[in-house]
Amino acid sequence: MSGVPLTHIIIVSTLLFFIGAYGFLTRRNLIAMLMSVELMLNSVNINFIAFNKYLFPDNLDGLVYTIFIIAIAAAEAAVAIAIIINLFRNTRSIDAEDADQLKN
Amino acid sequence: MNLLLIPLLPFATFLLLGIFGRKYLSPVAGIIGTTSLLVSALLSLQTAYSYFIQHTGEVYTSIVAWKMTWLPFSQDVSIDIGFMLDPISVMMLVVVTVVSLMVHLYSLGYMKGDERFATYYAFLSLFTFSMLGLVVSVNIFQIYMFWELVGVSSFLLIGYYFDKPSAVAASKKAFIVTRFADLGFLIGILILSYHAHTLDFPTLIQRLTASDSTYLTSAIGSSFLGLSALTWGLVLVFMGGAGKSAMFPLHIWLPDAMEGPTPVSALIHAATMVVAGVFLVARLFPIYAISCPGALELVMWTGAISAMFAAIIACTQTDIKRVLAYSTMSQIGYMMFALGVAGYGGENGLGFTASMFHLFTHAFFKALLFLGAGAVIHMIHSNEMKDMGGLRKSMPITHITFLIACLAIAGIPPFAGFFSKEEILSAAWNANKTIYYIALLTAGITAFYMFRLYYNIFWSKDSSKHETPNDAKGHHASDHDGHGEGTWTMKIPLLILSIGAITAGFIPFGNFVSSDGHHLHLPFEITNAIMPIAVALAGILMATALYKTENDKSDKIAAAVSGLYKSAYHKFYIDEVYLFVTKKILFNLVGRPAAWIDKNIVDGAVNGVASLVMWKANLIKSIQSGKVQDYALYFYIGVFGLAVLAIYLVK
Repeated sequence: MSGVPLTHIIIVSTLLFFIGAYGFLTRRNLIAMLMSVELMLNSVNINFIAFNKYLFPDNLDGLVYTIFIIAIAAAEAAVAIAIIINLFRNTRSIDAEDADQLKN
Repeated sequence: MNLLLIPLLPFATFLLLGIFGRKYLSPVAGIIGTTSLLVSALLSLQTAYSYFIQHTGEVYTSIVAWKMTWLPFSQDVSIDIGFMLDPISVMMLVVVTVVSLMVHLYSLGYMKGDERFATYYAFLSLFTFSMLGLVVSVNIFQIYMFWELVGVSSFLLIGYYFDKPSAVAASKKAFIVTRFADLGFLIGILILSYHAHTLDFPTLIQRLTASDSTYLTSAIGSSFLGLSALTWGLVLVFMGGAGKSAMFPLHIWLPDAMEGPTPVSALIHAATMVVAGVFLVARLFPIYAISCPGALELVMWTGAISAMFAAIIACTQTDIKRVLAYSTMSQIGYMMFALGVAGYGGENGLGFTASMFHLFTHAFFKALLFLGAGAVIHMIHSNEMKDMGGLRKSMPITHITFLIACLAIAGIPPFAGFFSKEEILSAAWNANKTIYYIALLTAGITAFYMFRLYYNIFWSKDSSKHETPNDAKGHHASDHDGHGEGTWTMKIPLLILSIGAITAGFIPFGNFVSSDGHHLHLPFEITNAIMPIAVALAGILMATALYKTENDKSDKIAAAVSGLYKSAYHKFYIDEVYLFVTKKILFNLVGRPAAWIDKNIVDGAVNGVASLVMWKANLIKSIQSGKVQDYALYFYIGVFGLAVLAIYLVK
């Protein structure tokens, strides 16, 4: 356990974040985009846990925040999927390219 | 307060007929207009009676009956609206309302059945209101406003038959030419009021005539191009008057203005509006006569040249209304130079009285001539002399009244024109011999062309012959029988005006109107009268010889002096000169460059700004793609940028 240094964990979480960001920007499928967002959230969670564990082992703040984020992510996923379903009802598609009503 | 009703009644009629006339009041529009004007005319006659007859004392003073400050600029400069009574304005009140009443009455028959009958009466009322407002002005700016209003009503009435391109062109021409002249008038007003520090007539006259006045010294003292400011002001004011009164060389609009209905020509372009220029000079006469004789000399020469010039053209025209138009111009020329030869006060003021006298008598016989011509046109449906001839049997009343008017304008005693013309000639004799001979010659030409007109309409051919062209035109023949001489409403004004044309000359005019308000005994010497009468008779005899029966003598004479005849027939090519100056010179040298600048530089600048914005907009338009992920990318970039900023700045 203590064999893994903090920097390694941070590198993992950074990779995870940018993979999520990249996926969010490039995938056209809304479900895939939602998943990318979850990736980014989870990279943040990893950061919280890691900093809490390595820097302030006596406190629980990071853990509490992580639990908050997981709960919010669940709620957010529900809202996002509801939006996606509504969009699908209107446009018969869940492709982000088709949802361009903002333009006109 | 009765006084105010004189102009306000026609104004109320104008509003009523203008707003509701066409829809609701069309059948009774004429009756309404005529009745309200009848009341106006009676009130003016009553005003004249109480002003002139019930007057006590030696001098007629000017009375400001009502005055309202409308636009005060400073302590002593303000634009007032008011009602001033003095001898000339009271005389003009009578002339305007009486002639206008006659024209209203006459139009009942003449314009009957016209589609825009109510509009016609609305315009007539507007004109009458404006003219009355003009003559009673207390303020030089008030006169300017009403001046423009009569210009507008004249424009509306000339262009009354707006489906006729020539009428539209004529109304535009009249409007533009008089407006050009009014520009001078406005500048003149500004110059005079700048130096006199007032717009009020009595104050203006007092300040610019009193020899010890500092205002006068300043007006004479400052000069521009070698003439004093006072001269410039008066000359420019006269320019406005010359435009309205159709003086050479601003006369070109008047003959074309005959495109309007004939009663309108009688009212506006013969008896009232065109004498507004004379009235204006008469209103400011003390300033002209006392302070600036140079400007008065200009008035004199302009008048004399116009009188002669128009009389010569009138001899060659074949459209009867155009003959009358040129004769009007010629007679107004008479009034102008009569003012020009006059001096201020006492015996010197003879020309002033004579001018106003001629204005008064001219209004009657010229309105009569036009209304008579209108009756002829109403019957023949043509303005051309060649379509007429031998009408004396079929239109007896028109014939007699027309003859009376011709005798009056020719200056044969005892008709009205004789007396006024005689006064003008004696005034000219006393002042300037050259002018006298021009006037005398013009009087002869006047008699000649009036009788040329008279014989061509009423004699010349046999009545049987003149039927032929009418029958050939088919429907005209039946119209002809139906119309006859016109309705009684058309004959009564002719009769009333012919009574005026006979008797107006016997009014002792000098007792009422003079340059300084004192009574002036008009000298009448039989020896002075011999020459004018002889010249007039010679003119009449010549016309009788040439035109009484149909012959080719006149054509031979015209052929003998073909150069002169042709140029007079073409009105001495003044219109062409104007066209040349405007089209060839002004358009090419001023108009085209201005248009080029407008199109390329002004419009170019506006278009350039627009296309620059367009180009920029196109550049940044693609950012707003409407795609969520693009916006997310911008958001990331933004956050990244902020993060970098935060790291480098906060650290």
